[in-house]
Amino acid sequence: MLILGPLGFATPWLLAALAAQPVLWLILRAMPPAPKRLAFPGVRLLQGLRDRNPVAQRTPWWLLLLRILAVGLLILAFAGPLWKPVVTAPASGPLLVIVDSGWAAAPDWSARQARAERALNDAAAAGRPTALLMADGQGADGPLAFEAADRLIAGLNGAAPQAWTSRLPDDPAGALVDVPEGPLSTLWVADGLDGENRAAWLSALSERGPVTVVPPGRPITALSLAEGDTPSLTLHGTDALPRAILAIGPDPQGIERELAKLTPGDPVTEGGITRHPVAIDLPPELRNRITRFQIEGEAHAGGVVLADDRVRRRKVGLVGDQDSAAEGQQLLSPLHYLRQALEPTSDVVEGGLGDVLNTAPDVIVLADQIGMPETDQLAAWVEDGGMLIRFAGPRMAASDRLADDPLLPVRLRPGGRDIGGALSWGDPRGLAEFSGDGLFAGLAAPEDVAIRAQLMAEPAPDLSSRTIASLTDNTPLITRAERGQGQVVLFHVTANAEWSNLPISGLFVEMLDRLVASARASVPDEAQATDREQSFWTPELVLDGYGRTQNADDLAPVLGGDLALGPGPGQPAGLYRAGERQQALNAGGPLVLATWPGAVIEEAASAPGRDLKPPLIVIAVLLLALDALASALLARGMRVRRGATAAMVVGALILMMPAPGAQAQATPTEIDEETIRAADEVALAYVLTGEEDVDLLSEQGLSGLARVMSLRTSVEPGAPVAIDLDTADLSVLTFLYWPVTEGQPTPSPQAYVRLNHFLRSGGMILFDTRDGDLAGVGGPDMSGTLQALAAPLDVPPLAPIPDDHVLTRSFYLLEDFPGRWQGNPVWAEAPPAGAERLEGQPFRTLNDGVSPVVIGANSWAAAWALDESGVPVLPVGRGFEGERQREMAFRFGINLIMYVLTGNYKSDQVHVPALLDRLREESGEIEVMP
Amino acid sequence: MMASPADLRTRAQSAAAALPALVLSAERLAAMIAPGAHGLRRGGAGEDFWQYRPAGQGDTARSIDWRRSARSDQQFVRDREAQTAQAVQIWVSAGRGMDFAGSGSGPRDERPTKRERAQVLGLALAMLLLRGGEKVALAGSPPRAGRVQGDRIAEALALQPLVEDDDDIPPAQSLRPNQRVILLGDFLGDVDPLTDYIAQAAAMGVRGAALQVLDPDEEVFPFAGAVLFQSATGRMRHDTRDAGGLRDAYLSRLAERRALLTDTARAAGWHFGTHDTATPPASALMWLYRMLEG
Repeated sequence: MLILGPLGFATPWLLAALAAQPVLWLILRAMPPAPKRLAFPGVRLLQGLRDRNPVAQRTPWWLLLLRILAVGLLILAFAGPLWKPVVTAPASGPLLVIVDSGWAAAPDWSARQARAERALNDAAAAGRPTALLMADGQGADGPLAFEAADRLIAGLNGAAPQAWTSRLPDDPAGALVDVPEGPLSTLWVADGLDGENRAAWLSALSERGPVTVVPPGRPITALSLAEGDTPSLTLHGTDALPRAILAIGPDPQGIERELAKLTPGDPVTEGGITRHPVAIDLPPELRNRITRFQIEGEAHAGGVVLADDRVRRRKVGLVGDQDSAAEGQQLLSPLHYLRQALEPTSDVVEGGLGDVLNTAPDVIVLADQIGMPETDQLAAWVEDGGMLIRFAGPRMAASDRLADDPLLPVRLRPGGRDIGGALSWGDPRGLAEFSGDGLFAGLAAPEDVAIRAQLMAEPAPDLSSRTIASLTDNTPLITRAERGQGQVVLFHVTANAEWSNLPISGLFVEMLDRLVASARASVPDEAQATDREQSFWTPELVLDGYGRTQNADDLAPVLGGDLALGPGPGQPAGLYRAGERQQALNAGGPLVLATWPGAVIEEAASAPGRDLKPPLIVIAVLLLALDALASALLARGMRVRRGATAAMVVGALILMMPAPGAQAQATPTEIDEETIRAADEVALAYVLTGEEDVDLLSEQGLSGLARVMSLRTSVEPGAPVAIDLDTADLSVLTFLYWPVTEGQPTPSPQAYVRLNHFLRSGGMILFDTRDGDLAGVGGPDMSGTLQALAAPLDVPPLAPIPDDHVLTRSFYLLEDFPGRWQGNPVWAEAPPAGAERLEGQPFRTLNDGVSPVVIGANSWAAAWALDESGVPVLPVGRGFEGERQREMAFRFGINLIMYVLTGNYKSDQVHVPALLDRLREESGEIEVMP
Repeated sequence: MMASPADLRTRAQSAAAALPALVLSAERLAAMIAPGAHGLRRGGAGEDFWQYRPAGQGDTARSIDWRRSARSDQQFVRDREAQTAQAVQIWVSAGRGMDFAGSGSGPRDERPTKRERAQVLGLALAMLLLRGGEKVALAGSPPRAGRVQGDRIAEALALQPLVEDDDDIPPAQSLRPNQRVILLGDFLGDVDPLTDYIAQAAAMGVRGAALQVLDPDEEVFPFAGAVLFQSATGRMRHDTRDAGGLRDAYLSRLAERRALLTDTARAAGWHFGTHDTATPPASALMWLYRMLEG
């Protein structure tokens, strides 16, 4: 090292390059820019012209100075200048540098590196044989190799703190076999924590020579997960500062961010270590999103607790009858209510019982199931600690094997009871208050929850102890029993709103949350982990020493038994997965402080001198940037002002441009007058085809139908609404008449989105291809056009309307659906495949809900069309027969609108006797009172 | 330049490959102007009806229009309007400097070379005139009428070789009295041969028009910085360190030259116009046509 006054240079020979500066001056000065060659026919006009303001052939002196200065600064910077360097007294003999490389070293790692590097530099200057021991447990065992110190610096700079605690080789004596002659001095850059064989190393080193310990520059903190039923955290620290704990996870947009900040509780100080308990007091929705907890302002792996199954959501398996596919029926399914209640707070798995069991859930919910083939496996699962929640239902009530079912908390009386029904005495029962020490303690029982039916328990001595919720008459509503390590819970009501309105109250969700939270999370213990076939844990995500997540792709799976030993070489802290199970390996834990008997503790005060290299490089780079700017200005012929003005103008324009969102908000949403009217009354709507006569006929047809309906029924539709599919809002409509014409343009994709939404929300489209005389005279076949128009629609499978379809009896009893033509099949949603006619019933129990489309070719609007005075516009058929057909067309129209408005009301079996009477008495089509 | 027959044939083929495009664009251009009746506003030999006049002495019985005469007691003669065909020589400069197109900044700025533009203009004018019944030829060959002449001119234009020099001079020996001459070139070379040519033409009673076809780069001089300007042959060059500073001097010289040419042309009863290859050729064609009409 060269010392010049207060300035020292680490590599002084580089300063020789300063001598080359004058040469650089000459080179830089004599470099004119090369001209551009250009073919130009008008050269003759240029002959003899002189450059008006000749550009300097030579670079201006100030630019030269700038460049020379920049290069000079760079040379100085690379010569390694130090301001007031510390000149340590030269020592001799071998040197051993130990650098603790666990997570506790991560917060001030660069300072540690700098301290060790300084020691190595000094040793290199003094020519001492040196060895470097990175205490990260990754080095090869065996004797330490002593070599020239400057060869170790690269290894030191390449090292990084690891996500486990510092580890020293097992055998100090064996490692120190190759120490050269002389007293061995040791510099130990320690992280302050006690390690496995640190004391042995310290004594071994103290015997061989002086040991200097560099203590950590800042307090050590760690975060660990406290075991227990309710997961909580513990904050360990060498000082009593209550640091906040950040809970980090994806927000609803999926962006990783701080979700909550936890404040530590009362500290407990013991042996220099302060422990703060930290409760994870968060709503379940929030808690389930958390992926990691982290000490605020601490960047090391020990300050990070990764959330795994112990913190995470429980996995709940749902087993029940599959939902029927038809729309509108989800509300009848018990699984729907369970799904809605459980999905926000837990992982829900659905399927058959066998499949659900294979996914190793924490909780299994059975909705009205009895006598399942997998009962034995289920019982074994419960014995192993699973939680089974069962719901009663009609099937359980009707079963005669109720008493045989082993997985019930109490013996049940077959049949159940109805309270407050049409055929029973008494009112529906409410809920009794929950007992203050039970599972549901603190939950408020809403008064409007009423139980209309329940399964009754047989009286038994332990019934009251097993009841965790009961009705006002003290009959049990929810019972629970332990089975081995697990438990079985029975709701004596259904999970849908059939027997009670409990499932649609908020209490239902809270109860399920409590129950699920009380389930034992399936954490695999070590013995289990080694026994199982999947005993290898694959790292999914690992931490580096700074607590940052790293890709875990190149890490080998870890044996379950090794994983129990905690993080170490080859198994850094992180998330590990084996099959369905996930386990976090966290670096942080209780802290044990190291003591250093017989060693010299280095004072942190002796600063190593200020390194001037970075500021010099920064200045040089700034100068070079300035040079580039100045050169560019010179090349542009000093036209600075114009360019600057243009830039300012552009900037101002950008600023003045209004935000597009603001503009969009400014325009008010316009609502069509017609739409308002359609929402006001029942309005029949038709699609504008673009053909005037067809549109006029649709309008007249629908107004004719509306007039007839007003006369005969209580439905009084207003004037028809013309719909342009590309623009209209369909949300207020119920019925859409769509005549199919040949040249009709296909609506836009947005229109189809609206149409599909219209169909899903209960609307109906009547497609009319108006070509009913196809079989006879001929006429354009519209099926191609219809296919093109209807293809993007969300239409269920269709079938010709069967004889017992509700359309045949929703107002009039009809056999055919004539329009201006007749005898053509009319298509609607196909009845479900399994529908069968019950004995003695005239009708099958057909699909629930309304067919979204009805398709026919009978040109109904032409038959319905009436002009202002109520006179038919077009003739139908011939003579009286034709008028009869028109009447039938009107009746079909009325039936259709009734069907649209009232749905399957008329297929309700309640009306069967009345309909049977009518059918018996009248042979034809006679009005039936709706 | 001596060319072997094979060499000549390849060049002819490659030139003929451009021929349909040349003819097409010229035809499209020519179709934009309908050649009006080119009457001399007096009776004479022609095709169009001019007037009925009472038959006088010297009118043969054949010339009497009997249909008109039958309506009165006098005999009438049906006069036709005198129509004469003009002979026009078109000269397109073949100087090396004409084979130049400035570099535009975008794909839409792609411009034809001055030569292409001058050829298109020349051929379009020739076709237009031929359609109007005039006799047309390239300078140096005898003017003829008829559609075949258009094809001949097109072929000659396409096969016309570039001269070895930067500039081309219109051949004064091909001037004939009572013809019209159209000169298409950039006129950036030596100005004396051109003024001499015009003076000679004026002395022989030949009138005409000269159209200076220039690239926008030559009109605007958008260069800056250190540039070495070279002519097409490389014989003439100019080195500058600050091309932007030369712009004003260049433009004033260009204006000076144009003023000189305009004055020369006016003194000789000629017309002088300019055309920019970045603008559509139709306006230039209109101008040429109008100059021929007047």
